[in-house]
Amino acid sequence: MTNRLLTVAFLAGLAVIFIQLLSGYAPDTDLNLTASYYANQTAPDLGAQNIVTGIIVTYRGLDTLGEVTVLFLTAAIVALVLVHGRALEAERGPKPFPAGELLQTGSRLLAPMILLLGIYVFVNGHLTPGGGFQGGAIVASAVLLLLLTDPMRRFSHRLISRIESTAGLLFVAIGLLGLLFAGGFLDARFLPQGWFGALFSAGAIPLIYSLIGLKVGAEFSSMLLSLSETEDEK
Amino acid sequence: MSLVTLAMAGGFALILIGLYGALNNRNILRIIIAFTLANTGVHLVLVAVGYMPGRTAPILDAAVPVDQANALIIDPVPQALVLTAIVIGLGVTALMLAYALRLFASRHTLDISKFTELKW
Repeated sequence: MTNRLLTVAFLAGLAVIFIQLLSGYAPDTDLNLTASYYANQTAPDLGAQNIVTGIIVTYRGLDTLGEVTVLFLTAAIVALVLVHGRALEAERGPKPFPAGELLQTGSRLLAPMILLLGIYVFVNGHLTPGGGFQGGAIVASAVLLLLLTDPMRRFSHRLISRIESTAGLLFVAIGLLGLLFAGGFLDARFLPQGWFGALFSAGAIPLIYSLIGLKVGAEFSSMLLSLSETEDEK
Repeated sequence: MSLVTLAMAGGFALILIGLYGALNNRNILRIIIAFTLANTGVHLVLVAVGYMPGRTAPILDAAVPVDQANALIIDPVPQALVLTAIVIGLGVTALMLAYALRLFASRHTLDISKFTELKW
């Protein structure tokens, strides 16, 4: 009971702070210095329509490399933590009740389309809302749908880790090309800028974001597979 | 009440609800869900901070000519930050779920008051 009272008192204090913040808040009327630099310079510098993509892939490219590394570490730790719970083929319990006809047929129809949508989202990351992380998550949701349909289904871990490591290596290699032929590490300008708004434009940004998409998709899929393949010990 | 303050109040409310759930529940799965709620609240507040009334998304298409971008778009920096935060939040959630699975395998319970080794 005292615990609950303490919690409520703590949250009430926090709520007072939040209300103070909220009551004095007025939205900016002009972009601040950093934001207006990005607004003015993204198009002439990088040729990317989507400013958020310009920031994530080029201006703050190193952060994104770190972020992808964090995701890789997460996927690796999830696999490491759960590896002991993975049952062998022969030791598995009774098969789960099969999924219905609707779900099976529907997932066969939908999974390729979801994959296609994911690829569309990360290939067009420099033009439309979306990008590598969003597209990768959509790709992984296709894997999730297949796992929901048949929880016993097994995907090739080797293939997934190949995709993941190749995409990661190419990402760093493109970053080094930027260091050699353009302004610095992960500078996307060593490829021509192309026609503003076309699919092949904005230097190496679509290439980098597609690699991020593949990497993120592979990492999310491997997390889902690790979670799905873990079973209770009997 | 304008749209911004509404979104921000919603975000703050989500943070409070999430923290309350995380502190008051015994079941580890409920704690994880409460944490993701608080996480979503933080994202909502951050995006709301970048919003400016009367402006549009930071994408330079037909609606936003390049030379007028400075006066027409909202702040793109919080959006980039929230994109990062969502991805990292997902990683943290996945880790918490994996540990929850391991804890259940070792003790056959998800009640957090049964795990007393680190208590003092």
